[in-house]
Parts: sequence; structure tokens; C-alpha cells
Amino acid sequence: MSGVHVSTTINGDPVEFVCQPGEVLLDVLRNRVGLTGAKEGCGTGDCGTCSVTVDGRLVCSCLVLGAEVEGRTVTTVEGMADGADLHPLQKKFIEHAALQCGICTPGFLVAAKALLDRNPDPSEEQIRYALAGNLCRCTGYDKIVRAVQAAAKDLAVDATKPAKPAPKKTTAGKSAKKTA
Amino acid sequence: MQVAVTGLLCTAVNGAASINIEADTIRELLRKLVERYPKFEPLLDAGVAVVINGEIFRDNWSEPIPAGAEVVLMPRIQGG
Amino acid sequence: MTHNPSFTNQTFKVIGTRVPRPDGLDKVTGRARYGADASAPGQLVGMILRSPHAHAEIKNIDTSKADKIPGVKAIITSADLPDKVNGRRDMLDTLENCMARGRVLYDGHAIAAVAAIDADTAKKALKAIKVDYKILPHVTDVDEAMKDGAPIVQQWVRTAGGDANKATNVSQVSQFGHGNIEEGFAEADVIIERSYKTEQTHQGYIEPHACLASVGPDGNGELWVTTQGHYTFRTQCAQLLGMDIAKLKVTSSEIGGGFGGKTHVWMEPVALALSRKANRPVKLVMTREEVFRATGPTCSTSMDVKIGAKKDGRITAALAVLRYQDGAFPGIWGMLGGMTAWACYDLPNVKAIAYDVLVNRPKVAAYRAPSAPMAAFAVESTMDLVAQAINMDPVDFRLLNAAKEGTRASYGPTYGPIGIRATLEAVKNHPQMKAKLGPNQGRGMACGFWFNFGGQTCSTVNIGTDGTVNVSVGTVDVGGSRASLSLIAAEELGVPYETVKCTVSDTTALGHNDTTEGSRGTFSSGMAIIFAARNAVAELRARAAKTWDIPVEEVEWKDGVAYPMGDQHHNLKPLSLKDIAAKSPRTGGPIAGHNETVADGAGVSFASHICDVEVDPETGATRILRYAVVQDAGKAIHPDYVEGQFQGAAAQGIGWALNEEYVYGKDGRLQNAGFLDYRIPVCSDLPFIDTTILEIPNPGHPYGIRGVGETSIVPPLAAIGNAVSNAVGVRMNHVPMSPPRILKAIKAQRAAG
Repeated sequence: MSGVHVSTTINGDPVEFVCQPGEVLLDVLRNRVGLTGAKEGCGTGDCGTCSVTVDGRLVCSCLVLGAEVEGRTVTTVEGMADGADLHPLQKKFIEHAALQCGICTPGFLVAAKALLDRNPDPSEEQIRYALAGNLCRCTGYDKIVRAVQAAAKDLAVDATKPAKPAPKKTTAGKSAKKTA
Repeated sequence: MQVAVTGLLCTAVNGAASINIEADTIRELLRKLVERYPKFEPLLDAGVAVVINGEIFRDNWSEPIPAGAEVVLMPRIQGG
Repeated sequence: MTHNPSFTNQTFKVIGTRVPRPDGLDKVTGRARYGADASAPGQLVGMILRSPHAHAEIKNIDTSKADKIPGVKAIITSADLPDKVNGRRDMLDTLENCMARGRVLYDGHAIAAVAAIDADTAKKALKAIKVDYKILPHVTDVDEAMKDGAPIVQQWVRTAGGDANKATNVSQVSQFGHGNIEEGFAEADVIIERSYKTEQTHQGYIEPHACLASVGPDGNGELWVTTQGHYTFRTQCAQLLGMDIAKLKVTSSEIGGGFGGKTHVWMEPVALALSRKANRPVKLVMTREEVFRATGPTCSTSMDVKIGAKKDGRITAALAVLRYQDGAFPGIWGMLGGMTAWACYDLPNVKAIAYDVLVNRPKVAAYRAPSAPMAAFAVESTMDLVAQAINMDPVDFRLLNAAKEGTRASYGPTYGPIGIRATLEAVKNHPQMKAKLGPNQGRGMACGFWFNFGGQTCSTVNIGTDGTVNVSVGTVDVGGSRASLSLIAAEELGVPYETVKCTVSDTTALGHNDTTEGSRGTFSSGMAIIFAARNAVAELRARAAKTWDIPVEEVEWKDGVAYPMGDQHHNLKPLSLKDIAAKSPRTGGPIAGHNETVADGAGVSFASHICDVEVDPETGATRILRYAVVQDAGKAIHPDYVEGQFQGAAAQGIGWALNEEYVYGKDGRLQNAGFLDYRIPVCSDLPFIDTTILEIPNPGHPYGIRGVGETSIVPPLAAIGNAVSNAVGVRMNHVPMSPPRILKAIKAQRAAG
């Protein structure tokens, strides 16, 4: 039993782990890195609840070996929000009641983001086919599709706004702290 | 009062579809049924529901049975 | 204080608004913790060895090699699960289903289990266990199992009320109905008689069963588990393991779908037994293959339906003979089908005869309105055939015969106010009925009925000193009920929704709560919260009275504020809940309301669906073009989640109708134990699902709530069967109506000319 040492980037952070050669990325994320957002629904790549992106590409992490992400970037549902700011998809899923039990939600969010990243204005049919690799047993997909449509609209509006100015570096704050 | 008996419960009351029995609560009804029809006891253990005026009671044996109510004995069933 | 559960027609402040659910943030960020998301220090990995045979005697289990593998900490067989059930047959069946006792009854039946330091070691250990089987003949088909000479699944089973000396696979035969069907058929102008079959399906929840079990030598235990009922699991596990109920603390994780399949223990007692033997926590997670092979799918069925009607449309007689297989243990699922089969209609002469049959398949468990969809497929398909035969519109035919208040139901009692006519009227006037249909396209509709249940429920409402509110419930939240329950508490107390936090407590915090099934979550816990909140309000009024030094009878509570009543108190300022809560340490301590109730009187509910399909005559593939659900909810507390229940149930029905089935080989083994070949609907299979919520109040609930979760899985099978028939002119009598079956029917019809 000799482990493989892997250096990778997960949700923007440098991460190192040791895993077995045959160990899948899903088990590494859940059991070694402590990221339990990705779930095992089937272990055979049929349900999509383990969806993550590797170098921007949507994959089933139960079909990727842990060793394969050496030197790559991995993004999971835990990396979607920007601090406390939810991604529009996350906001719309809550607003549109696009989840009931929620087990498939992380996978759908990752898959939907992968879709909108490459196709910001998808038709209903495009959304449905892009998400056909993610199973949901609770919702019948109706409110999920509506949430993705609403998020796409939101993101399109955001894209037309001027970029936020970078925060100015000042010394004023520091001096204020010193005197207080 | 008349109490309708449905499903397998009929086997405990000699095949009758309806029996005549007096009771003020579900608990009293079931107790008297067991006294009068001993074959009813194992079926009671397996689960019985009592329908009073269309409302199904599965557990609330203190529920009173109003005079003139329609009473139906049903197997105790569950959902999913 | 006793409370009256009767409906009071009131206007609501927050009930009915679409608020964000409290667990939403955790679920969209991956923070929510499900069954497999917990770990404990020193935990072992549990794994189960399962039979590859459908029916066999276990001559010997040799664990000696496996015992010696380094890292294996415990191995158990049925010897480690002695019979402590005190003669209760149903509990013994559960125990035997968790771990085979001397014989295996279905492909996948658990034989032994190991706990090891990691998954690889556990797998090695399973491989090293040697089992000697004597293979026995098996039977997996319900009709075959009823024939003389069929292999007997359980030698002790006798037909209830039947021949006490004859071993059989028929565990019971039950009958429901009234009137005289022979006379009824004699009066009919038209009689249609057909036979139908439906294949076995699984609830298909995306989250496999998982638990983390920890049992100490002092008899104390903890179980973290995905379940629809942690109190029921506690009772069952404690009994099976000979533990005290109070000493087994069960915490329900978030649940990734249940639909009835997680109301029953499958491997939890095994995890606890492993932990007890190893004296370490054991995490046991089922694989998807295990979920299909060894949990509780629904029945496969074989049914005959006969309907007689007059030319003017009135049904004169209706007969259904239903044969349902319950798996390898006696069950009551056929009987339940018999009770629901004719429930939608007002029939003078009606009979349902139901057979419950054993076969070498997994132990059947409830699946959303259990047993009703199959019987409805047979009845509603035949209803369309009768309507065609007398040249009557299918909706009008159903309206003419629909049950109403005062109808004697086919299963016995008389109906109070019910919604089937309203759903049919809504279907008749639904815009989808006017949508144009092209070639190979057809429209079908069907009705469905479900009981809905109440049950034992406890709730506590605790008011914090800052006026925010904790609500503790014991019903597992399967679909968003915490939002609805928070709305109910907010409504009763008169406080903003955002100040209420609803939590599903572990088993040590509340008394027994029945499982979340039978569409009872919001109905039952809602009722308990209403009463608990009213108890809290009584205490709030008492505190206001104390503060003002006036009798409590002169204090009224309105919209979250205590007001002194009467002109003599005009100088007293009203006190809000927040004011009173802040003063509570000095007026008597923490303010709470508590309630234990047996919520009964859940109203029955009805649904009618419309489905438009297009069938490809070259492949037999069916596409759903449009789908509409109309269902009576009594009162929709949170409309988004009521709609979600309608849509989700319909989607499951659509999968059942078109693709889902258990495929058994001649060897009695399940061939398609995975999501690739057990094909549930995916996003691209479905259109948007239109929903109409009707609100006919349930007289047995203060807000008029009826259960909503289950009913809409009942109509789709027949709605689609009727639509396919109208699309390509073939009457499908075998579900699922998969492409090969439809193609075969189309070809047969072409050949027949």
C-alpha cells in the first residue's frame, strides 16, 4: 500500500494530500480534504451528485482518480460563493424553491455554473440537456430550470454593469487605529 | 350502533359486514370487540383504524364516538 | 390545556406567503450534513456481504480467514443478532431481513457484515468469508408464485383466515366494497374487462442509506442516520438489539430523499451490532447497487378490472382483482391497493379483491401513496375504454361518476367534503385541454386518490429573551417543511417569520414522533405547533397580566402584542412579545409552549392530471409535451413547496409509467441495479409541469391543511397510458410503457390490420 502524493488547487487554495492509486477524487474530497459538498449517489457516473470541475471542465468526481488532479485546479460547490456573497445561481435556487431534499443541489449548481460559464444565454432546451447528467428525484426539474434561467438573466445584467473599482489602499485607516 | 367491518377484519366477526355494538369511545369499542370476538385480538395487534364520520383515526383511542356517528373498522395502513 | 383541531375559517397574515426556507443556505453551499457526511474519531468502515442467490439454505459461514486479516475489528452474522422480539412476527421479519437467519430469501439478502479500519480492508474481509449455500428453487413473478407447485418462499406462511395446514405464498386475501356486483353487471349496457401488469419500481432517492453508529459497553448508543423517522428507527433498533430506548440517541441527518423507502430499517441494526462488537464507531454507507437489491422497492402487480355502465354513462358495477407481490415477507400492500382502487367514484355496486403474495424479491416498503398508482393504472385505463365504448368525453364520464360529500367510499366510510369534482372541473377548463395536437400526439387524463395520515407528534416552542423563537419538532423535514412550520409558529404568535427558527430535534429532546410518511409532516407537526404556540401565548398573556397586576382574563393577544381589555386599563401600554420576553427572567423564567398530540383526522385528497404525449411510431419512444397537475391541498402553507410536491410526485409517476422497472433474470437475480439501466427521468425528459392548487379546507385541521406529498404519483401511469392510446391507437396494459413494449404493440396492431 503506497500512497500517491498530490499537490493541487481546490477552490483557489493550495492543497496537498496523499491518496491510494485507485482512490477516486470524490473520496479524496470527502474523506481527506473535508469537503463533503460533493456526494456519492451511485459511484458509477450516472447521477451527477459528485459533480465538480477540473480545470474548468465539468466531471463526475467518482470517475476521476485523486492522483489525476496533480497540478490542476478543482472547483467544488464550496467554492461557488464569494465569501458571504452567494453566486446568483445559489440565490436563485433558494428564491425559486429549486431544491426539496437538497442532496442533488451541489451537483446541479456546479453543472449549471459550468453551463453558464460557457453559454451565458442558454435556451430552455439547452439548459435541460446540459443538466441531463444530474439526477433529481424530488423536484421534477421544473423549478431548477426556472432558477437557472433567472440566474442567467441576473448574470447578464451584472455583465453590463461597470466593473467595481478596486479598493483604494490608504494609510488613513492605520493612523486612525493608532490614535484610537 | 352499527359498525361496518371491512377487509380481513370480517374474518374475525364470522364474515359479517356490519355488527351491532355500543361504545362511547374507540377504546371502549375495541375492548368490547375483543371480548365478544376473540379472533379479533390478533388482528387488533396487527393494526386497526377506526373511521368516525369519514375521519380516519389510527392512534387516538380516546376519541369519542358521537351518537348516530357512522363507524367503520379498517385495517391500519401507512403512507410513504 | 386541550385544543380543538377543527377548522376555523380565518384570514392569515403570513401563511401562504413564499418565504425563503431556513435550511436553504446550508444546502446551496454544501454545508448541510446528510447521512454519509458525519465522521467520528476512531471510526471503522462497515460493509455487508450479500447473497448472490435468490433462494438458498445457508449451510455454513466460515469467517476464520477474514477474522485474521489485520485491521478487521468485528465480523457479525445472525448469531450476533439474537431474537429479542418477544414473538412479534413483524419485528422478527425485520430482523431476518437485516441479516439472513439460516436461509437467504432474495438476491442481495445480507449474510454477514464486517467492520474494518478502511474500505479496502473491509472489502478484503468480505472476499475472505466462505459461505456454503444449498441453492433452492426460486420464484420472482407474482402470478407464478400463486400457482400450485410454485416454490414456497416461507414455509410458515398460511393464508390469513384460510387453510391452516397449507404452506402457501399467498399471505392474505382481502375484500372491500358494497352492493351486488352480479346484479350491477346484469344491468349494464356495456361491460369492459381487461388485465394489466405493472413492474417493480424503486423510490429512487438519490442519497443511499447511510449511518454512523456508536454503541458502548454501558448500553448507551448513538446513531446518526438518514431516515424519515428517527424515533421509529430508535424503537426498532433498540428492540432488535435489546437496548433501552432512552439510551439510544438517534439524530436525523438531513435526508436526501425517502418517499417511503426510509421509513424502515435495512442495515442500521447491523451497524449498531458491529459497533457494539468492535467497541468503536462504525460508519455504514450503502452502495447504489445495494440500495436497489436490498432495500424496499414497491410491488410488481397483476390485475384484472371489469366495469359495467349504462349508455348514459352511469357505472352500474365495478370489480377489481389485484395480485401484488410483497417480496420475501408477508405484507399488506395488495390490501392497500384494494382499498384505493375505486376510491374516486360513487358506485352502487363495487368490489375489490386483493391478494398479497410472497416472492423471492426484496421486502417491499412504502413508496409514495403506496399501492395506489398500480390499481389506479388499471382502473383509470379501463374508465377511458368505457368512455370510448359509450362515446362519452373521458372527463365528463368521470364527473358523472365522481365521489362527493355523502358518497359511500368503496373502502367503507362515507366521505365528508372532498375535492375530486373540483379537480375534474379544473381539468375540464384547463388551457392545456385546448392545446393543438399534431400527428402521433395524444392527450390523456386520469384521477388519483390518497388517504393522508396523522400520528403521534410532539413540539416545543421556546421564546428567547430577545423575542426570537425556537421551534423544536420531531418530524423529519423531507422537502422543506421547516419553512411551513416556521410560518405556522409565526402566524400563531404574531411575530415575523424571520424571527422563528425551526429545528428537527434528536430523540432525547422530545417524546415519540411518528415517521414523516403518509403526507403527514406539515399536517401533524403543524397541528402540534399550533397547539404549542397557543400554550405559549397563554403563558405570554399570564406574564403580561402579572406585569400589569390585572387578571389574565382581561388580557388579549393580537398580532404578537398583549393588550389590556377594558376602559379601566386605558393607561396601560401594550406589551409586545419582545417586551414580555425581555422581562421573562423576573416574571417566572423562560417562556415556552409544549404539545404532545395524536394528530388524526387528516383529510383524504384527490388529484386529476392531464398529459400530452408524442409517440415515435418507429422507435416506440414517448415524449411528454405538456403536463398539468390539479390537486386539492386544503390549505397551502407555503405554495412553492406544495407545487414542488405536485411536480416531484408527477415526475416519479412519469418515470414509473415510461421506463422504470426491476429486471430479474431467470436466475432470480436483479439485472439492473444501477441508475444507468434503472432509468429515472432526467431534466431533458420533462417539460415544465403546470400546477393548480385547489383549497377545499379539511374540517379536521385548524388551518384546513390536507396532506399533499403523495397523491400526485397516483394519476400519471394511466394519464400516460390514455395519452399513448390516443396518440397511436394502442392500449398499453403493461407498465412501464417502454419503447420496446409500445413498438411491439404498434407492430401487433399493424399486423392485425
